[in-house]
Amino acid sequence: MKRSRRQFLKVASLSVAGLGAQLAAGGMTKAAAAVKPSYKEDALALKAKRWAMVIDTREFTSKEDFDACINACNTAHNIPHIPGKTEIKWIWKDAYEHTFTDTTNKYQSKEIEDREYFMLCNHCENPPCVRVCPTQATYKLESGIVAMDYHRCIGCRFCMAGCPFGARSFNFTDPRPYIKEVNPKFPTRMIGVVEKCNFCVERLDAGKLPACVEAAQGKIHFGDLSDPESEVRKLLEENFTLRRKPSLGTEPGVFYII
Amino acid sequence: MYNSKYVISGLVIFLAVFSYPFWGNLASKDYTGPKLSLPTDQKQCIEPVEFMRSQHMTLLNQWRDSALREGKRVYVASNGATWDASLQKTCMSCHTNKAEFCDTCHLENAVEPYCWTCHVPPKGNE
Repeated sequence: MKRSRRQFLKVASLSVAGLGAQLAAGGMTKAAAAVKPSYKEDALALKAKRWAMVIDTREFTSKEDFDACINACNTAHNIPHIPGKTEIKWIWKDAYEHTFTDTTNKYQSKEIEDREYFMLCNHCENPPCVRVCPTQATYKLESGIVAMDYHRCIGCRFCMAGCPFGARSFNFTDPRPYIKEVNPKFPTRMIGVVEKCNFCVERLDAGKLPACVEAAQGKIHFGDLSDPESEVRKLLEENFTLRRKPSLGTEPGVFYII
Repeated sequence: MYNSKYVISGLVIFLAVFSYPFWGNLASKDYTGPKLSLPTDQKQCIEPVEFMRSQHMTLLNQWRDSALREGKRVYVASNGATWDASLQKTCMSCHTNKAEFCDTCHLENAVEPYCWTCHVPPKGNE
């Protein structure tokens, strides 16, 4: 049987229409079955326009004072204990001349020079690490916290080069074997990512203060820098404070009462 | 036809081998999915089973971005129930057996997620 072009086109168009209808119907049932997600904040979440930390360095006199905070942070965040140059640091202590490199007075208080000072990520207002990160694995939250998304970190270490405070550590090895007791409430990190202090954003979101602040028992204060009534602003008014490397203009969110 | 004896028998053998997947599968048993060990104390997952089966990675991606980037760490499910948007705190508190829940299916489908290089599987299943 010979078919005319007209007949062929009729059959072809009908079958295409039929196929299209079927696909559309399938698509619609799929869309109906799809789940509409919605997310909200924890009702207890602590809020601030600009989180800041004030460390009362006068109060940190013994090794135990420092260790309490460091251990609290380590256990909360599964920070491994790797000896040597490949160590992972979120919060650590160092000498005066390493902490406040800008002050160059040769003849100053011996007591202040001999003190040790906590160092941690400064959660800068103008974070160089965020500017140089090519994958946006590190980013600034609205609350001023410089956060890390380890899912996105490709381990290029631009952020480590960018950070003038040495606050970032690179995982040269799998950190898991170096964690004494793994806290199942917080992930560990993997080989090849850069990590750092996150101002305990996961605790703030659940209504708790940072682990080191809690462990310091009043020696470290935490609050909203944008609120003139807040505890940190009152402390800044009443005491002489320093920030690290102010000349760089990164505007750190960590203040030291001297 | 020259050598018809060889040509025809060769063709028959070729067709038999070529069509083996079709008649071989007709004769064999039906495929059954892997048997998963489901939580005993929970009947309801955060979303319907079909959705979880096909979309759990999409959901986890949304959870991650919502929790880390927006600070919204509570997920409101389609039935109104609220959940902590956390793989470790929410998913793994019910699915405590990683080996017999996650791994069986992922092995069967030759999928190797690297969630566990960072996220901690529940104790006793490592």
